[in-house]
Amino acid sequence: MSRHTAFHPRWYRPRVSVWWWLEKRAYALFVLRETSSVFVALVAGTTLLQVRAVKAGPEAYARFLEWLGTPPVLAVHALAFAFVLFHAVTWFNLAPKAMTLRLGGKKVPDAVIAAANYAGWILASALVAFLMLRD
Amino acid sequence: MQKATPLLWLLFSAGGTLAALLYPVHLALVGLAIPLGLVEPAAYESLRTLLAHPLTRLYLLVFVSLPLFHWAHRFRYTLYDGLQLKHLTPLIVALCYGTALVGTALCAWMLWTV
Repeated sequence: MSRHTAFHPRWYRPRVSVWWWLEKRAYALFVLRETSSVFVALVAGTTLLQVRAVKAGPEAYARFLEWLGTPPVLAVHALAFAFVLFHAVTWFNLAPKAMTLRLGGKKVPDAVIAAANYAGWILASALVAFLMLRD
Repeated sequence: MQKATPLLWLLFSAGGTLAALLYPVHLALVGLAIPLGLVEPAAYESLRTLLAHPLTRLYLLVFVSLPLFHWAHRFRYTLYDGLQLKHLTPLIVALCYGTALVGTALCAWMLWTV
C-alpha cells in the first residue's frame, strides 16, 4: 500500500467538502449508520457502570438507578436507543448480502436469511428480558 | 497493522452482530423501562447472585468487549472518510483500538474481582 501524501503535483484532486455526506439522502443515512457505533460504545459504558454499582453494594446500586432516572441521562439513553435500533435493523438487512448460504445447490433467498436474523433477535430479546426481570 | 486487518474485521462483525441482537433489549430495560417505572427492577440480592455466576460474568465480558471493537473499527473509518483525516491514521488507530482494549481490560478486571 502506498503512503498517503498531502499533495502531488501531477494528480488532479478536486477538494471535497467535509459535509459531502449531506448532499444525498443515501450518504446521510450511511453516516448516521456509522455514527450508531458511538452509541453502541455508550451502552457498553453504561453496562460497565452498572456492574460497578452492583459490585459496590445496595446503596451504590440505588444511586445508579437514581442516576438512570435523571433527565439528561434519560435523554441520552433515549437517543442511544434510537441509534441502537437503527444499527440492529441496518445490520440484519445487510446480513443476506454479507453471507450467501447454499442448501442443496440452491441459494437461500435473501428474505429467508433476514427473517432468520429477525427471529433470532426476538428470541434473544425475550430471553434477556426474562432473565433480567425475574426475581 | 496489515496483518491485523482480518482479525479487526472479524471483531467488527462479531461485535456488530452481538450489539444488534442484545443491545436494544438491554438498553430498553436498563435505560428506559426501569427508570420510567414501566417495569420493576430486579431485587439487588438477585442481581448480586446473578453477577456471582461465572456464566454471567463471561457473558458480560463478551457483551462489553466485542461491541467496543465494533465501535473502534467503524469509528476509525468514519473519522477518516467523514472528516478526511487520513493523515492522522496512526493516532486514530491507536485511540480507537486502544480505547476498546482498555475497556476490555477494565471489564475483565471488574468481573474477575466480583
